Amino acid sequence: MTELTRAGTDLRVRPVEAADLDQIIAIDADITGKKKTDYWYELFHRYGASRSRQRLFLVAEAGGEIQGFIIGEVRDWEFGSPPCGWVFGINVRPAARLAGIGTRLLEAICAGFRHAGVDKVRTLIARDNSLVLSFFRSQGMMAATFIPLEKDLR
Amino acid sequence: MKLQISTSLALYSVLEFAASPGHQVSAAGIAAKYKVSTHHLAKVLRELVRADIIESTRGVGGGYRFRANAKRLTLMDVIELFERIGGRTGGSRDPGASTDVGRALGVVLAEIDEIATATFRSITIGTMLKLIDRQRRGTDEKTQGPPKRARKG
Repeated sequence: MTELTRAGTDLRVRPVEAADLDQIIAIDADITGKKKTDYWYELFHRYGASRSRQRLFLVAEAGGEIQGFIIGEVRDWEFGSPPCGWVFGINVRPAARLAGIGTRLLEAICAGFRHAGVDKVRTLIARDNSLVLSFFRSQGMMAATFIPLEKDLR
Repeated sequence: MKLQISTSLALYSVLEFAASPGHQVSAAGIAAKYKVSTHHLAKVLRELVRADIIESTRGVGGGYRFRANAKRLTLMDVIELFERIGGRTGGSRDPGASTDVGRALGVVLAEIDEIATATFRSITIGTMLKLIDRQRRGTDEKTQGPPKRARKG
């Protein structure tokens, strides 16, 4: 199975289906150490089930198994920015990494964003998440013209 | 943001070697391209050899060869061999650093250092080579114009 994935021959990127959710929840729990079933069902209803051009929830499938997923949407005029695509979730099974699956997922969601009429994609990543930060950098993403700010409320 | 001369020189060199994987690149060629003394460059290259990033090759056509993994080696890995990001701000030699004003300024400077460190840590040598290639293609398009389209019918 891994061989198929590494070769990239059997990989298919497609919109998520309800039947994929158990595997997506398991991949996320494996990586984050937290099983968030309600969260993923909610995301599926908002991004997967509606099949809108603005909201995209895609999975990468190989050998009948989900290897990874990506979620994003087009947001209009948020933070004063003209409409652009936002990627706010991407994950690939650890055993299936370094095989170009993340690249295929990002390419697919960018194609979806272009189809929705936008020509810029953005994301936001924790400063210490070198793995994902490096991935997006390797895909040609550069620092945006925004600076995220925060404040403790307690 | 300004890097020390040795650090910049190390990054230039690593990128030159990584751009020609498996090939020997002469130190003299790099010194000429970046207009630095071969003596200064030799010191920097010795450090890169010690860190196992490049290896020196002897004999006719001797030079240096890249031996690290370009997809794994980050800019920070190279920078850390020569300087410490954030090491220049505040510190015990700055008497103002312990004042209220100095501490507040330190918070802002530390924030900048953290962003710089995260940026250097997230960019691999492989990613830099792609960036260089994109910039080169962009410059080519500016000087030569976009590729000409075939005329229809």
